[in-house]
Amino acid sequence: MLATLALAAAGDPTTLDVSWLDLGLAGALVLAAMGISAWQRLGLGRGFAIGAVRATVQLVVVGYVLVYVFAADRWWLVLLALAVMLAAAAQASTGRVGAPRRVVLPVTGTAMLVGAGLTLAYVDAVVLRPGQWYDPRYLIPLFGMIVGNAMNGAALAAERLTSEMESRRGEIEAYLALGATPARAAAEPTRRALTAALIPAVNALMVVGLVTLPGMMTGQILAGASPLLAVRYQIVVMFMLTGAVALTSALVVLGYRKRFFTAAEQLRPGGPA
Amino acid sequence: MLRGVVQEKQGTRVLDGLDVTLPGGEVTALVGPSGAGKTSLLRLLNRLDDPTAGTVLFRGRPVAGYPVRELRRRVGFVFQAPVMFPGTVADNLRAAVALAGPGEAPVAADERWVAGLLESVELDPAYAPRDTEHLSGGEKQRVALARALATRPEVLLLDEPTAALDPEVAERLMSTIVRVAADSGRTVVMVTHRLAEARDFTTHTVMMEAGRLVEAGPTRALFERATHERTRAYLASA
Repeated sequence: MLATLALAAAGDPTTLDVSWLDLGLAGALVLAAMGISAWQRLGLGRGFAIGAVRATVQLVVVGYVLVYVFAADRWWLVLLALAVMLAAAAQASTGRVGAPRRVVLPVTGTAMLVGAGLTLAYVDAVVLRPGQWYDPRYLIPLFGMIVGNAMNGAALAAERLTSEMESRRGEIEAYLALGATPARAAAEPTRRALTAALIPAVNALMVVGLVTLPGMMTGQILAGASPLLAVRYQIVVMFMLTGAVALTSALVVLGYRKRFFTAAEQLRPGGPA
Repeated sequence: MLRGVVQEKQGTRVLDGLDVTLPGGEVTALVGPSGAGKTSLLRLLNRLDDPTAGTVLFRGRPVAGYPVRELRRRVGFVFQAPVMFPGTVADNLRAAVALAGPGEAPVAADERWVAGLLESVELDPAYAPRDTEHLSGGEKQRVALARALATRPEVLLLDEPTAALDPEVAERLMSTIVRVAADSGRTVVMVTHRLAEARDFTTHTVMMEAGRLVEAGPTRALFERATHERTRAYLASA
């Protein structure tokens, strides 16, 4: 899916086709993994087999969906696709937070909608400015990356805030008892949760190109784009992801923090509600 | 003053129709076996919690009728385990001033003010620049007391302030607390498991059991001739 961003404009007739037979040959590499599992009795063979089939089916289905969305060329269809991606990511963001899903989902979902949505709108309307604002070749892959990163940021921020609020109950109540607002009482947990969510984004900026060659850039180069254009796109993507993660994580901690307090500014005994 | 107060926590009734008056200007001890609801009662007085039913009154007005931050600055709280904020002793005292509401008279939290506050809890003013991480338990509890006093509260609530301290350190802290109260005519309400502490340092005692009031009265009278059998049995263990 990311490779579809590889701009047909730079399309290169020498791009190699991958046939179904070629896919089968690539599958031999999964057989190697299954062989290792069998040799060391890891019990992962079944997982690899099912995983390989699932990955193939999921990606092929997504491929056909994208072909349809691209061909239909309707703005609402593109937005619908974005909404489905957002919903799936929001659902996944609540997994390991350590608080009930009904509490976390409205917070992370809203934060991702606003954070990822604003970032995509900015990149689309201000940075890239495609001829058609809803061009799915740009919006869908870009949103995929934005939402994926926003999801990780949201989950990290929420998970860390839950644990910090729990482990610092004494400190928070000491502040409240001195007449502090809940925001002031929870300032340290808030800072720590935001830091935890943002450090991966800082690290990603630091090592990109040195340790990691991002998938999108690799895809573009494989698809025949000039490496220099691919690099410029990748820089846009990195900056975009940084903004999306920061905005989403900030919205998560602000929205989620309130759930730990009652209307009378008391720390809820049973955690967020 | 509490009227018909019921408090439930995780389905358990920790206060069960409690009626009690805590007299102003006195040092009151809340005593009773574990699970009597002493700490739960204390937390209602500055609204760290709200009761499930019943009314808590402060100066004749329901506590829920006060702006909650104003109430908490007028009713200070010292916790069983002292929580130090990051930084120095002086930082901790100034934090309390920085949280002042808009209606409060401003305090110049300068070095003299810090020194005065430390002296009032019998800590050497040389402690001001020390990092709170390196203080002993007793020193931390004195800083916590000074921090609570920094808001100039009318009432001071103490939840087993000496529980984690050696008997000797505890006794010295208690005499500080009593002196602080006497100097300012402040109302003090203190939860304690050390009955000798209640007997020697407080003027009023409230005996609780299973979320209810057993008996209350002047400390000396209660310790010398409690009317209730449960109180006699419990206080005799002192």
